[in-house]
Amino acid sequence: MKKVIANTTVECTEEGYLTDFGQWNKDIARAIAKEQGIELGDDHWKVIEYLQEKHQKEEALTIRGIKKSGVIDVKTFYKLFPGGPLKKATMIAGIPKPKGCI
Amino acid sequence: MEKTKVKKMLFILSKATLENVYAAFIMANGARMEGIEAEIFFTFFGLEAIQKKKLESLHTATVGNPAMHMPTMLGGLPGMEALATKMMKDRMEKLDIPPVGEFLELLSDSGVKLWACLLAVDMFKLKREDLIDELDDIINVGSFYARANEDGCHLLFI
Repeated sequence: MKKVIANTTVECTEEGYLTDFGQWNKDIARAIAKEQGIELGDDHWKVIEYLQEKHQKEEALTIRGIKKSGVIDVKTFYKLFPGGPLKKATMIAGIPKPKGCI
Repeated sequence: MEKTKVKKMLFILSKATLENVYAAFIMANGARMEGIEAEIFFTFFGLEAIQKKKLESLHTATVGNPAMHMPTMLGGLPGMEALATKMMKDRMEKLDIPPVGEFLELLSDSGVKLWACLLAVDMFKLKREDLIDELDDIINVGSFYARANEDGCHLLFI
């Protein structure tokens, strides 16, 4: 489906995940974050970059991966993206929702 | 983000076979990942999963488990449980499922409350220091039920 985010029309899933990463930019990320009640700071951007990097390498995203990443610890991750951290963080990063259970 | 009416999941873990322990852990972690609160109450044999000395040597059961698809007598042979356990642990590692100790850390960091059952702790003559540091407290059944006293809360016995 189409959605207007930050004055740009983007293609996304019903849940709001971008389907074309080429349409992602930082303004769109900020706007999606705002919809989720999150104001993006430096630590958020570090996580977003990490997730995008992992996604590019086609590596599965898991909470254990976050724990081992060295980018952020799990407690802070939950604080930065409250209420479903990996789901929200991937949505803001413009990459697909993780399929795994862990 | 879709809204769920489930607000909190309370798990009671009463067994120490690897598959039961992982069921509780994965469900609790999965709840937190969806923005749902989660707590685990360890009772009876479930306490093995939070005993510092035992938690890394939990096994999967090969006897009395029809899903193993092996004759019961074979499952009872020496080494069979160890073999089945090793196979299961290897597969879990490949799926990025952490070992028990690391999983408990992850759960605690994710905001999952971990409780030990007072009666079972007394019964097995355990002390606080026998149990993992991440444990929130040793509580009785009444206190655990009190934590369930809200809308959208579900209890699951494993």
